[in-house]
Amino acid sequence: MRISGATSQKSVSLGLVLLILIVLSALPLYASMYAVILLTAILMYVVITVSWALFSGPTGYISLASAAFFGVGIYTSALLGRSLPLPAVIGIAGLASFMMALLVGAVTLRLRGMYFAVFTFGLVELIKRLLLWWEMTVTRTRGRFVIIVDNDTIYYAMLSICVVTLLTAYLVRRSKFGLALQSIGEDEEAAAHTGINVTALKIVTFSISAVFIGAVGAIIATRWTYIDPYIAFNALVSFMPVLMAIFGGMGQFYGPILGATVFAYLEEVLITRFPYHYMLLFGIILIVAISYLPNGLVGLVQKWREAGLAREHADT
Amino acid sequence: MPILEGEGVTKHFGGLAALSSVDFHVGQGEVVGLIGPNGAGKTTLFNLISGALAPKDGTIRFKGQNITGFKPYRICRMGVGRTFQSVRVFPNMPVLENVLLGLLFGRSNSMSSADAAKEATRLLEFVGLSAVKATPAKDLILANQKRLEVARALATKPELLLLDELMAGLNPTEVAEAMELVTRIREQGVTIFMIEHVMKAIMSACDRIMVLHHGEKIAEGTPQEIATSRTVVEVYLGE
Repeated sequence: MRISGATSQKSVSLGLVLLILIVLSALPLYASMYAVILLTAILMYVVITVSWALFSGPTGYISLASAAFFGVGIYTSALLGRSLPLPAVIGIAGLASFMMALLVGAVTLRLRGMYFAVFTFGLVELIKRLLLWWEMTVTRTRGRFVIIVDNDTIYYAMLSICVVTLLTAYLVRRSKFGLALQSIGEDEEAAAHTGINVTALKIVTFSISAVFIGAVGAIIATRWTYIDPYIAFNALVSFMPVLMAIFGGMGQFYGPILGATVFAYLEEVLITRFPYHYMLLFGIILIVAISYLPNGLVGLVQKWREAGLAREHADT
Repeated sequence: MPILEGEGVTKHFGGLAALSSVDFHVGQGEVVGLIGPNGAGKTTLFNLISGALAPKDGTIRFKGQNITGFKPYRICRMGVGRTFQSVRVFPNMPVLENVLLGLLFGRSNSMSSADAAKEATRLLEFVGLSAVKATPAKDLILANQKRLEVARALATKPELLLLDELMAGLNPTEVAEAMELVTRIREQGVTIFMIEHVMKAIMSACDRIMVLHHGEKIAEGTPQEIATSRTVVEVYLGE
């Protein structure tokens, strides 16, 4: 009885995922341009947040390097967008982010706790300043133009990256490496003495998470037409995934997805309805959410579920 | 050939010599005790063997191979398991998953997850934790957390097991149970090197005892020899 319950629940969630995928794939056919653009932004935040949570969630190493990977993607797009087809640009952007994460990871993943967070944040600033210096003294330009791509193409590229990201995160979480990442977060030294190559696992996972952030940077850059180091390496992109993941709740796989979706939608609604006060409202919502939902939206969903179950039992 | 041997093993913390030129060896199938007053360097020696720390000088060989300065995961995968002085289980993971990690990443790391689950269940039965396998490790009492650590170490399939104060903080019944567990592990053919303060336990369980004091080895011998040694009594009781 319980087993069949679990299987039917599994097939229901699988069906739900497929349904969402079909609705999203067909979106440009029936929805307005505005909806497509809004969904593109939401998908982008989902990718960044899920990638961030893939590494930082279980290990507890708070990375603030997301903006660096995102910026690398954006600059790759600006540099290669004219000469290469879009899929190649996205691929190279992902690879470039991966290589940078590998390098940064090898240097910084020896640092624990706050030090790691501070270093990764410094990285964003370092790259931004280096690029500014380079553009001022070597190329004597300020910023670059990015080749324009139509909205539907951007949307489909974003959707594809999102599907790959979610699939990767899901498989990693379910594998033995997911368990090992969690053990690193719980007690890294004990993990090392249990046969886990903690250094390699941390660096590789960190680098995989960077691939997707770089890829979405490359595709979203085509909507911005003009970029410069300030736009590309915006520190806000480092904090957004942290906030969104906490907002959603990190206990469950769908937490960061839910967090990013609701958060991004809320931001859009507030900007359009209250253009002058949106930051204020946003801040209030965030404070309320964090104070009253310690486990994020996931905690809220679970509470509802439990209440629902209790009612069901009361009826019978 | 001893399964584990060390030559001139030295470790400094700042200017302090935690271990100075210690020689030691553990034979295949032996149970060797390591005793000494607090701060003698016992845990430091274990940390050097398991790779948590790298020695300043000296060599450590396991099954004839030089493992000095190897990373902990490599030493673990070669067949050295350990427990910690202050318990280090994975607190928020269920008991079963704690043990699974050892199976999935230790020496038997190519095992399928179904086999690993079966073996983890068997190991939990062996240490007497079958009833609590779904409980988060942090909710266990100390004695059971220590057993869990032993099970996790055994899951890595060690030939040599380092037990760091397995019995500290346990009540007399639990100490007796822990001693019985040590005997059963030994019967499985695992060599044991243990740090212990519970004298009754160490005297009855060990074939040989090594005494450290201020980072130097001051005595070595059978439990009888150690119990009657003048130097050891002086170190422990003062003159």
